[in-house]
Amino acid sequence: MSFINYATKEINFKIVYYGPGLCGKTTNLQYIYDQTDPTQKGKMISLSTETERTLFFDFMPLKLGEIKGFKVRLHLYTVPGQIFYDASRKLILKGADGVVFVADSQKDRMDANLDSLENLIDNLRENGFDYNTIPLVMQWNKRDLPDIESVEVMEEMLNKRKVESFEAVAIKGIGVFETLKSISKAVMMKMK
Amino acid sequence: MQDFLWSNDGEIIKRLQNKIEQLKLEANSKATFLIDKSGQMVASSGDSNEFDATSLAALVAGNVAATDGIAKLLGEKEFSVLFHEGENEHLNITLVDGKLILVVLFDDSTSLGLVRLKMKKYVKIIADILNESSPNNSIHQDIFSDITDEDIEKMFRKGS
Repeated sequence: MSFINYATKEINFKIVYYGPGLCGKTTNLQYIYDQTDPTQKGKMISLSTETERTLFFDFMPLKLGEIKGFKVRLHLYTVPGQIFYDASRKLILKGADGVVFVADSQKDRMDANLDSLENLIDNLRENGFDYNTIPLVMQWNKRDLPDIESVEVMEEMLNKRKVESFEAVAIKGIGVFETLKSISKAVMMKMK
Repeated sequence: MQDFLWSNDGEIIKRLQNKIEQLKLEANSKATFLIDKSGQMVASSGDSNEFDATSLAALVAGNVAATDGIAKLLGEKEFSVLFHEGENEHLNITLVDGKLILVVLFDDSTSLGLVRLKMKKYVKIIADILNESSPNNSIHQDIFSDITDEDIEKMFRKGS
């Protein structure tokens, strides 16, 4: 739910990074956080377990430039990827303006990708969104690992909607900002 | 609730701001905040700059959402009041009309009883303001109507 505050001249968008456990959602946010000028970002909050698995969500606010005198700010969230945290995932999607689906390119993680995508579709529906219309970008992460699926297979299995997609190695920052820029565009273009 | 745009004109925000300032004074509290359920800060009392309001809003909304989830599991409609007791500072959180979250931060210079009493009064006042104003879906078109890819690119060049 984009929030336009006419008193402070601010527009906030909520973007949620979704995907199976250990696919690199938090890594995406961490890279964005590390690479962003301190004046452009707020604190990054990670509600994680002792073993650094996301327990509830990660959150970071990111200031962009201005549009017609309105400051544009992104609120980036990740969901916990592990299957048993489904109730939490559902809550975090509330009021989302756009979703980045981060898929793990390794062959043995395809089932987990498919389950997570299915789960995203269900949870969007429960929040009153339609998977076919919400701004969405796909990221094929971990392209540097051995034994990965080809991009064609990733597209065929996971991108039936044929939205924009990016190959990424989030831990090295490859594809991270391209993905963020693309979802920001999708979200803002939807406001037209 | 999809595509629902909480797009207020400045006037409403000012009125809400004014009310939570009054609540802060009447409850003798340290700060008051009004947050929407998806984690956006709607208004905060004047001298709340010492707090990281953006993070606070995201965490309070997460907290309320999780508590709401627990209520539903237990077959309750909602737990409408949350209280967090610290050593020196405490938070009392309550829902306004199921739409917004009202937060009061206070210390031992006031009492929980007074804070609750005043919150109850202002929940009604804020709910009335919200009901008078309907979210406007058309204003935003002025801002985004002629936005281009290039405009968005530019924001990133400045922003990252």
